[in-house]
Amino acid sequence: MTGRAPQPTTAAANPPVQPLASNLLPTDVVRISATAHVPTPERQLDKVAKLIDVSKCIGCKACQSACIEWNDTHPAIEENVGVYENPHDLTPDMFTLMRFSEYVNPEGDLEWLIRKDGCMHCEDPGCLKACPAPGAIVQYSNGIVDFISDNCIGCGYCVSGCPFDVPRIHKTAHVSKKCTLCSDRVAVGQGPACAKACPTQAITFGTKEAMKDLAAERIEDLNSRGYANAGLYDPQGVGGTHVMYVLHHADKPGLYSGLPEDPRISPVVESWKGATKTVGLAAMGLAAAGAVLHGLFSKGNQVTAEEEHEAEELVVKTADAAAEAAEATDGKGL
Amino acid sequence: MSHKYSAPGDHIESVKPVTVSRYRGITRLNHWITAFSLIVLAISGLALFHPSLFFLAGLFGGGQVVRWLHPAVGIVLFFSFFLLFLQMWKLNLPKREDAVWVSRIGDVVQGNEDRLPELGKYNAGQKFVFWSMTGLILLLIVTGLMIWEKQVPLWEPYAPWAATIPVRRIALLVHAMSAVAIILVFILHVYAAIWVRGTLRAMTTGSVTGGWAFRHHRKWLNELAKNQEKPDPSKTPAE
Repeated sequence: MTGRAPQPTTAAANPPVQPLASNLLPTDVVRISATAHVPTPERQLDKVAKLIDVSKCIGCKACQSACIEWNDTHPAIEENVGVYENPHDLTPDMFTLMRFSEYVNPEGDLEWLIRKDGCMHCEDPGCLKACPAPGAIVQYSNGIVDFISDNCIGCGYCVSGCPFDVPRIHKTAHVSKKCTLCSDRVAVGQGPACAKACPTQAITFGTKEAMKDLAAERIEDLNSRGYANAGLYDPQGVGGTHVMYVLHHADKPGLYSGLPEDPRISPVVESWKGATKTVGLAAMGLAAAGAVLHGLFSKGNQVTAEEEHEAEELVVKTADAAAEAAEATDGKGL
Repeated sequence: MSHKYSAPGDHIESVKPVTVSRYRGITRLNHWITAFSLIVLAISGLALFHPSLFFLAGLFGGGQVVRWLHPAVGIVLFFSFFLLFLQMWKLNLPKREDAVWVSRIGDVVQGNEDRLPELGKYNAGQKFVFWSMTGLILLLIVTGLMIWEKQVPLWEPYAPWAATIPVRRIALLVHAMSAVAIILVFILHVYAAIWVRGTLRAMTTGSVTGGWAFRHHRKWLNELAKNQEKPDPSKTPAE
């Protein structure tokens, strides 16, 4: 080993040939699921981003193939039901998926909108907020949100926490799976496999700043070619994302197979993981402590000897009365 | 034999001293299976409820075990409680004297039983525990099935709307809040059973002393006294 790998600035460059140590260290973690205090990292990595230019995508699915190959997943072979999506949805074995939609624009022309779906790597990740397992989801200072399968318990809370419906639970491994932004490649100075494989450079990778600059150029170009509403999709409701889109119709993201207009962590998830958690724990703790303390110092509600005596009298008298009544009715007793 | 205030199995066991059978063996077994399930559910659920309690998952072998154990025990509790429900619901219906009891809650907590109305087998507090448990268990089982990731495909075709993520989020919130509520009711239940001395034996040996019945559930005792089959004061305690 000859030192740490450089931080990647592009997916286009060829890999360094000498062996390099990982440059994505446990100390670069800024958020950990179900963990209140994360030590402040000694260094701040450059914020990275993947930019997906939908206007340049030709729907070839080379990104999907590269993803399968790099991550060594084995998506099941499905049946052709007459649509281009293959597989039909994101799965625990398919971290990214080309979603095809047909849109007839106001001029009456058909537009084929192809969006590469997958984890958006939110700056404020809903999955991480929802996760109950310490260390199952981490966020690095470069913005990558990664699932650590060894700590994952497969409960599926992240599925509900995600504003983009991305994580999928593996049916046999019982862990949650999604795009890692190729954290294992980024760690050694490489860009993500999908970006590397893209033949039209619809997928590019670099620092978030560089990707924003590139997007601005692309948007200017699209504007000049009649796409007045072209724009960047970097939703601020989740603090911005580390996977961004250039959309020709940035005013209507829903056209792209239901890309959310203004994604944010659901208020329901916020109140579940916020007030309910703190107030609930306090209420249960106080009730338990109060009950134990009061139980220790209270004499309790005691039955008196007199009451025992009265009970006996009552039972005997009732029995005698019943016997007398029985005798009175048939004269023979029991 | 009248059963306005008592359950079919309840009877006076002995007269000198008076002991009263309150719960049959099968009911007690049923109760303890429910109790054990609830405790396992509470501990494993708390592990997922708050990060500071995740260590509790270690008692079961880790989070991966909790993932399937918690819902499985939930099913056991549901059916176990359902059997208890069938045995107890009638005597837990609200009665006029319950309103009086509640209005004198100050005397209840001070133990001034002489200022309280005569009661049947259950007082309003016990009825509150019973109906809260019933309602919360229903909420927990329904929301629990909705968030049981592995089993969602079982019912999804019949209610696809309930498997959507926005609905599942609500189920998660309701499940967590109901769980907090049921743990509070559980604490109240255990506390009351210990504070009211002489109560626990009703669920262990199955009987209570006559004095206990006279003090806390006099109408119940009265009815059982009237129901006695052989009025024989010299009868010795059973067993």
